[in-house]
Amino acid sequence: MSSTVQAPDQAPETAAPLLEIRGLEKHFSLSGDFLEQLKFKRGRLVREQQYVHAINGVDLDIQRGEALCVVGESGCGKSTVARTVMGLLHPSAGEIRYDGQRIDELSHKAMMPYRRRMQMIFQNPYASLNPRMTIQQTLEEPIRLHHPDWSSQRIKEQVAEVMASVGIAADWGARYGHEFSGGQRQRIAIARALVVDPEFIVADEPISALDVSIQAQVLNLLMEAQQQRNLTYLFITHDLAVVEHFGTRVAVMYLGRVCEVAPTATLFARPRHPYTQALMSAIPRLEDDRPQHIRLEGEVPTPVNLPSGCVFHGRCPHANERCRREIPVLIATIDGGQVACHAVEEGRID
Amino acid sequence: MALLDVNHLDVRFALRRGDVQALRDVSFSLERGERLGIVGESGAGKSVAAFSLLNLIAKPGYIAGGSIQFDGRELTQMSDRALRHVRGHRMSMIFQDPMMTLNPVLSIGEQMVECLKAHRRISNREARAIALNKLEQVQIPSPAARLDQYPHELSGGMRQRVIIAIALLLDPDIIIADEPTTALDVTIQAEIMALLLELCEKHNVGLILITHDLGVVSQVTQRMLVMYAGRVIEQGPTREIINDPQHPYTQGLINALPQMATPGSRLNQIPGSMPSLDNLPSGCAFHPRCGFVQRADGSTRRACIDEVPGFVTSGNCRVACHMVAEMLERERIPAEEIR
Amino acid sequence: MTTTTPQVASRWSRFRGSYLLYSFKRDLIAQLSLVVFIALVAVAVLAPWLAPMNPYDLAQIDIMSSELPPFWVDGSDPTYPMGTDAQGRDLLSTILYGARVSLIIGFGAVALQALLGVSFGLLAGYLGGRVDAFLMRLADIQLSFSTLMVAIVVGALVKAIFGGATFSAYAVPLLVLIIGLAEWPQYARTVRASVLAERSKEYVDAARVMGFTSRRIMFRHILPNTLSPIFVISTVQVANAIIAEAALSFLGLGMPETQPSLGSLIKSGFDYLQSGSWWITLIPGLMLVVLVLVINLLGDWLRDVLNPRLYKG
Repeated sequence: MSSTVQAPDQAPETAAPLLEIRGLEKHFSLSGDFLEQLKFKRGRLVREQQYVHAINGVDLDIQRGEALCVVGESGCGKSTVARTVMGLLHPSAGEIRYDGQRIDELSHKAMMPYRRRMQMIFQNPYASLNPRMTIQQTLEEPIRLHHPDWSSQRIKEQVAEVMASVGIAADWGARYGHEFSGGQRQRIAIARALVVDPEFIVADEPISALDVSIQAQVLNLLMEAQQQRNLTYLFITHDLAVVEHFGTRVAVMYLGRVCEVAPTATLFARPRHPYTQALMSAIPRLEDDRPQHIRLEGEVPTPVNLPSGCVFHGRCPHANERCRREIPVLIATIDGGQVACHAVEEGRID
Repeated sequence: MALLDVNHLDVRFALRRGDVQALRDVSFSLERGERLGIVGESGAGKSVAAFSLLNLIAKPGYIAGGSIQFDGRELTQMSDRALRHVRGHRMSMIFQDPMMTLNPVLSIGEQMVECLKAHRRISNREARAIALNKLEQVQIPSPAARLDQYPHELSGGMRQRVIIAIALLLDPDIIIADEPTTALDVTIQAEIMALLLELCEKHNVGLILITHDLGVVSQVTQRMLVMYAGRVIEQGPTREIINDPQHPYTQGLINALPQMATPGSRLNQIPGSMPSLDNLPSGCAFHPRCGFVQRADGSTRRACIDEVPGFVTSGNCRVACHMVAEMLERERIPAEEIR
Repeated sequence: MTTTTPQVASRWSRFRGSYLLYSFKRDLIAQLSLVVFIALVAVAVLAPWLAPMNPYDLAQIDIMSSELPPFWVDGSDPTYPMGTDAQGRDLLSTILYGARVSLIIGFGAVALQALLGVSFGLLAGYLGGRVDAFLMRLADIQLSFSTLMVAIVVGALVKAIFGGATFSAYAVPLLVLIIGLAEWPQYARTVRASVLAERSKEYVDAARVMGFTSRRIMFRHILPNTLSPIFVISTVQVANAIIAEAALSFLGLGMPETQPSLGSLIKSGFDYLQSGSWWITLIPGLMLVVLVLVINLLGDWLRDVLNPRLYKG
C-alpha cells in the first residue's frame, strides 16, 4: 500500500529524544464564561461553545543537540506548540515528555528543576524585558530563584560570564531595557535565558522583529551558544531562509498539524508535501530568474471550523476524495523524513 | 525629464532637544512606468522619504530644503488643495497595515465610491461600476459581493488586495507602497507582490516600493536606492547592485542574508547597529561599523571619519563612499597614463 | 563589587533628565498648583502650632465673641482675623484644624481604597477566570451602593450599637473606613485593566517560564509597571475623598461640629447665612475649592505626563 519505507541505513534507535510531544492538542474557547455560552435555539435554552483549534494532534521528537525548526504561516499553531511545551499553556490533550518524564501535568514545585533546564526566548524584544528592572536585576533574578544557596559574589560572576559571552558590555548592567536597541535587548533576553545554564531553549520567532543586519548577529549568537553550551533548540519561525541556515531538522506546520518533518538539507532539496513545496516557492530570493511560485488557491481557513480530512485539501492542487474524507498521518519517507499526505503515500505525486 | 524628480531633499523633525535631520540630501528620479525600490533598515528614513513625496509628513516633521518635481510641478510649494488633487489622482499610497487606510465602519464599496466622488463628478452608479472593475483587476474572488462587505470580514490578503484596488481607483501615475506585504504570510506575500507587479506593468504605472526585504526588491524593481541613517548611500539598477554591491553597507546587508552563507556556518554579520538620527557619527555615518575603514590607510581613513562622502559614479551606480572613490581614482590614473 | 554606586547615581540623574521634571519645569499651572498644595498641606499639618487658638479646647472659646466678621468688615475684632463662628471659635484656627481633618480623611481613605483596590485589581487581572468574575461583580455591587448609603448604614449601625458619643470619638477612622470601602472599585478597575495589558507582555511570560510564583510575578513584575495609572487615579481620588467627606459632614453624617472638618464648618455656617454671617460658610468653602482644585490640576498634569500615548521616547 505504501510506496515509502523506513530508511534502511538509519540507525534504528540512537538515543532517547530530549523532548517528546505526543498527540498534543490545544483548543481555546471563544465563547466566554458560562452565562455567555447560553443561547436560545428554536425556543430552547442551549449551551453553545466555540473553540479555536490551535493545534490538533502534533507529534514531534527533539533530539539532544539539534535545532528543530518549526515553520508555518500565522495561525498554524507553531507558537502555541512552543508555549505549551514551556508550560505557559495547558494542553487540551496529549503528552509532553522531557528526558523521559511527563512534564505537562506537574505541579509548580515539581516543575522547578525543569524550569531551569528549559528556557525561552521571545519574539518582541521591546516587551520581553521588565521596564522597571535594570539589566543586572533582570539577569540576577533567575539565578537567585534557581540557586538560592549561591553567594552574591558567585551570582555576579555568573552574570558577568554570560554577559561577556553574549557580547553585552559590563556597564550595561546598571541601565534599563528601554535604553537599548532591539538587537541589544534581544541579546539581553538571550543572556537571561542562559544565566541558569539551561540545556534546552525554545526560541519563538526570536529574530523576526529585528533588522536584517541585526538578525545575522542574533543568529550567530544563538549558534555560538549552541556550540559552546551544547544546547538543544526548538526554533519557531516563519522564515524559511533562516531555517535552511539554522535548522538541523524542520517541521512544517499547517493549521495546527505537522505536515512534514525532515532533515533540513533533505527538505530543501526535495520538499514532499504540496504545502511545503508552495511555501518554499514563495520565498523571495535574490536570484535573477523569477521562480514561478506555486499559487495556492484561497487562504488559510479559520481554525474555528476545521476542514474535514486533510486540513490542506481546500488549497491543494492534488486533493481527491480521500483527502477530503480522511486525515493523513505522518509516514516515514525514503530519505529520512516524515510526511502526512495521501498523495505522497499513494505515489500520486513524488 | 523624468516624471518624478527629487533633488537634495532635506527633512527635519523639530523635537524638544532641537531639530533632528531625518533625511539629508536625498535625490532620485522616477520615469513613467518605472519601478524603484527604496531599501533600508528601520530608522534609515525610507518611510519618511515616501511620506515626504506626498507632503504627508506629520508634525513635528517638515521639509527643510530641496525640491520634489512631479510632472514639471514643484510639490513642496503647492497649495494644500492642489496637493490633495495630486495625492488622489496622480500618486497613491499603499501602507503596511491595511486598517490604516480602510475605515472599519464603511463597507468596501462605500469607501471606494466616496473616494471616486471626491475627485470626479460622477454618479453613484458609475462609481460603483468603476469600483467593481478595479476589484476584478486585483483578482478578488466574487468582487460584486465584496463591495458590500466590511473590512473586518476580509482576511489580511484580501484587505491588501482591496487596498491595491483603491490605490488604482483614479488611475494614478505612481503608486508608493510602504512595506505592502510585511504583515502578510509568505505565500500571500508572494501573490500580492506578483499582482502588484503585473498591474504596474499592464497599466504602465510607476511604483516606489519601500521595503527592508532585498529579495522582494530584487524581484520587483528595476532600480533601487539603499538608505542608511537618513541618506542615500547607493543607487542604480537593481540587478547591478544586488549582484555587485559597491558600498560596504550594501555588501554587508546582502552578505548577512542566511541564503548567502553555507548552512550551519557563521553568518557575515555587520557589527553594531544603525545610529540614531539625533546622534550621527561624524563623516560617513557608516564608518564605525565599516570593516574597510578599520583596514584603510591614513588619508582615506581620515576622510571616512571626518568628511561626509559625496557620490561617485561606478558603472551605472552612484555610490557615496570614500573607499569606492579612492578605488576608482586608482583605476582611472593608470588609464590616463597609458593614453 | 562596585556595581551599586553607579546605580544610585543613575537613579538621580535619571530623574533629573526625566520627562517628568522636564515637563514640570515648563508647566506654570503645575508649578503653581504644587506650591499652593504644599502650602495648604503645611499649614494644615502645622495647625496646632500656627493656629492662634485651639478650637477643640472649650476653655478657650468665648460665646460672647460669636459671629464676629473677618477683619476687612466693620465690627471685626483684631484677635480673630477671619472672624468667628456661631460658637465663638476663631474661624482661622478652625479652618486650619478643619483642613487637617479633611486631608487626613482624604489621604487615609485613599490609602484604604488603594490597598483594597490594588490588591483586588491585581488578583482579578492576573488570575482571571472565576476570581476575576467574582471580584468584579463585587466591585459592581459596591459601586451600586453610593458613598452616602454606606455612610448612612455604617453610621446608623455604630450609633445604634455603641451610641453617638463613640461615633464622635471615632469619627475620623470611621469616615476613612466608609469612604475607603465605598470607592475601592475605581482602583480595582483601573489596576485590573493595566494588569491585563501588562500580563500579555512577554516579560511576564519570561518570568513565568523562569518559574517565579504568581505572587512574586504580581508584586515584583507587574505591580511596578502599573504604578503610573495608580498615581494618576490617586490624585483624583484624594480630591474626591475630600469632597465626599465634606458632603457627608454637610449632611450631618460626618465629622461632629465639636471637631469640625471643612465640610462640617460649611454646614455649621449654613444656618447663619440668612442672618448675614456669610463668612462662616464661605471662607471654609473657598478653602475646600482651592484645595480640591490644585489637587485636580496636579492630577491632570500627571496624567498628561504619564500617558504613554502622549509621551514617546
